[in-house]
Amino acid sequence: MDNVIRRRTPGARLARAVLYAVLIVMGLVYLLPLLIMLLTSIKPLDEIGAGTLLALPENPTLAPWITAWGEACTGMRCEGVGGYFWNSFAIVIPAVAISTVVGALNGYALTKWRFRGSELVFALMLFGCFIPFQVVLLPMAQTLGWLGLSSSRAGLVLVHVVFGIAFTTLFFRNFYVAVPSELVSAAKLDGAGFFRIFWRILLPVSAPIIVVSVIWQFTQIWNDFLFGVAFSAHDTQPVTVALNNLVNTSTGVKEYNVNMAAAMIAALPTLVVYVLAGKYFVRGLTAGSVKG
Amino acid sequence: MSALEIREVRKDFGSTRVLKDVSLAIDSGEFLILVGPSGCGKSTLMNAIAGLEPVTDGQILIGGDDITWRTPAERDIAMVFQSYALYPSMTVRQNIAFGLEMRKVPKPEREQAVERVADLLQITHLLERKPAQLSGGQRQRVAMGRALAREPQIYLFDEPLSNLDAKLRVEMRTEIKKLHQRLGTTIVYVTHDQIEAMTLADSIAVMRDGHILQLGSPDEVYNDPVDMFVAGFMGSPSMNFITATLEGQVGDYRLRIETPGEEALVLPWPGNRVTAALAGRLNQPVVLGLRPEHLSEQDARLEGQQEGTLLEARVTVVEPTGADILLRLPLGEGEITARVGPKCPAAAGERLALRVDMSRAVLFDPDSEGRLA
Repeated sequence: MDNVIRRRTPGARLARAVLYAVLIVMGLVYLLPLLIMLLTSIKPLDEIGAGTLLALPENPTLAPWITAWGEACTGMRCEGVGGYFWNSFAIVIPAVAISTVVGALNGYALTKWRFRGSELVFALMLFGCFIPFQVVLLPMAQTLGWLGLSSSRAGLVLVHVVFGIAFTTLFFRNFYVAVPSELVSAAKLDGAGFFRIFWRILLPVSAPIIVVSVIWQFTQIWNDFLFGVAFSAHDTQPVTVALNNLVNTSTGVKEYNVNMAAAMIAALPTLVVYVLAGKYFVRGLTAGSVKG
Repeated sequence: MSALEIREVRKDFGSTRVLKDVSLAIDSGEFLILVGPSGCGKSTLMNAIAGLEPVTDGQILIGGDDITWRTPAERDIAMVFQSYALYPSMTVRQNIAFGLEMRKVPKPEREQAVERVADLLQITHLLERKPAQLSGGQRQRVAMGRALAREPQIYLFDEPLSNLDAKLRVEMRTEIKKLHQRLGTTIVYVTHDQIEAMTLADSIAVMRDGHILQLGSPDEVYNDPVDMFVAGFMGSPSMNFITATLEGQVGDYRLRIETPGEEALVLPWPGNRVTAALAGRLNQPVVLGLRPEHLSEQDARLEGQQEGTLLEARVTVVEPTGADILLRLPLGEGEITARVGPKCPAAAGERLALRVDMSRAVLFDPDSEGRLA
């Protein structure tokens, strides 16, 4: 916010106008790809070939969306991306829930029940945030095989939980380190145990960091392609993999409108999550820095 | 049987020994204050009693039971924290009842206990509020209410007043004393404020570097300190330490104090305060401990009737506090503080005669800082 009091001179007004003009132009530039995707997805195929990218559709149609959802060919099958969309949810929801709960418990234990070497444990977990995914593809495939989870949704959930825990632990640990430890001491004296203190004392004040963890994990896991393509079978593929298959299917003409519609469908949930909870995301990220 | 007994407790953090064979015992209903500078181990000792820090060695007994290795919950103690540590998501009512709820006390009894302590601490109108909606003094009361609701054998107070402003601190201090008189509870109270220690305690343990230097009543600790540290720590303004030479002969000692630019002052040491330790210090330097109130102004009306030796010096600073006046004047190698009455006509730069009450003076060994007489 601009809290500086100053005289409104013509020069200041001009500067302000230029500032807003630049901001609006930059905003439009960033919105342009989304706009083109949206416009293309509701145009019939012949209009795409004839007109320019930015031309408004003459005969807007939802047919590409319907095709993308239920009829488009992804590789050998032609069932659209709809089924894979639900696949993604079936993977993302348990993976987000489990990694958030485990991260919260880790953060709680690492800050409020310190033990010999707890700092080392945290440092090693932090290391997990920096491991490139490609490095673990083979060992992970082997592990999933041993566990009998190859090509299953449960296997993908496990992979995402394992990778997500590094981040969620970091979030919760940094949040809980700012919660006074005397609260835990008081609760111990009052007779509460490990889980009771977590449930009754820590969790009720954790809403901001839970939102951060959920948004972060949801976005990461929903957008994942590499693990999805490596560890899934045909019927357990997430929507990102299906989208890739749909776009790369080489039979017939390229249906750009269908491709765009499918891409929009695949991107929609993360957009919705961010729009709904975005302000809590920012609030949660800065929660530790301001004294409550 | 003592309400609380600590036997040779040791506590190491890594290679640092924070508590060095601490032993003490208090009776039921006693108000014990642990006092000392930061880092003296008083808070560690309190956490050891609470069970929040395991001890390295030694025993802790409550009501005769060895509880050294029991969990905090199993010790039947309650604690009031410096930051109050109120559960932020719960109302005042839930905060107070939480300990009873964890101990599976039935709801009607819980409600009764909440009403009882709320009434006692006059916080009934705050019961439905969250801690964030309370002022510092109100949070302090709620923190005490949470401890009182459980009626434990021992209450622990960890610097409970240090986050309050000066006025409220004095009020709450009185309130805590009243509560103790009324309920007859056993309290262990940690503070670094020697005035809190003097005003509240039945007994004071002065700690330094993990040791208890002296354990005694406020009167003993104030008037009969074991060493220069205790003497200097208790009392405000603190005790004057003046280097002097012990002269005379066994049984009839005098203290000679040389002040640059002044005639040497010779003070007779009271015959009834002579100890055997003095004989070995003859003609050697000793440290004379004089509290500011042991130096008083001459009262013209009592001329010739007052006891004590006269000391004359040039006043350097006059500090009126309202109730009395603090004077700074040179004596020996440094300056000393005298506490005189509010009507004393002292002015900076002028010479003033003061009476020295030697009957309450103390002598220390300048090397070991231990007490000589």
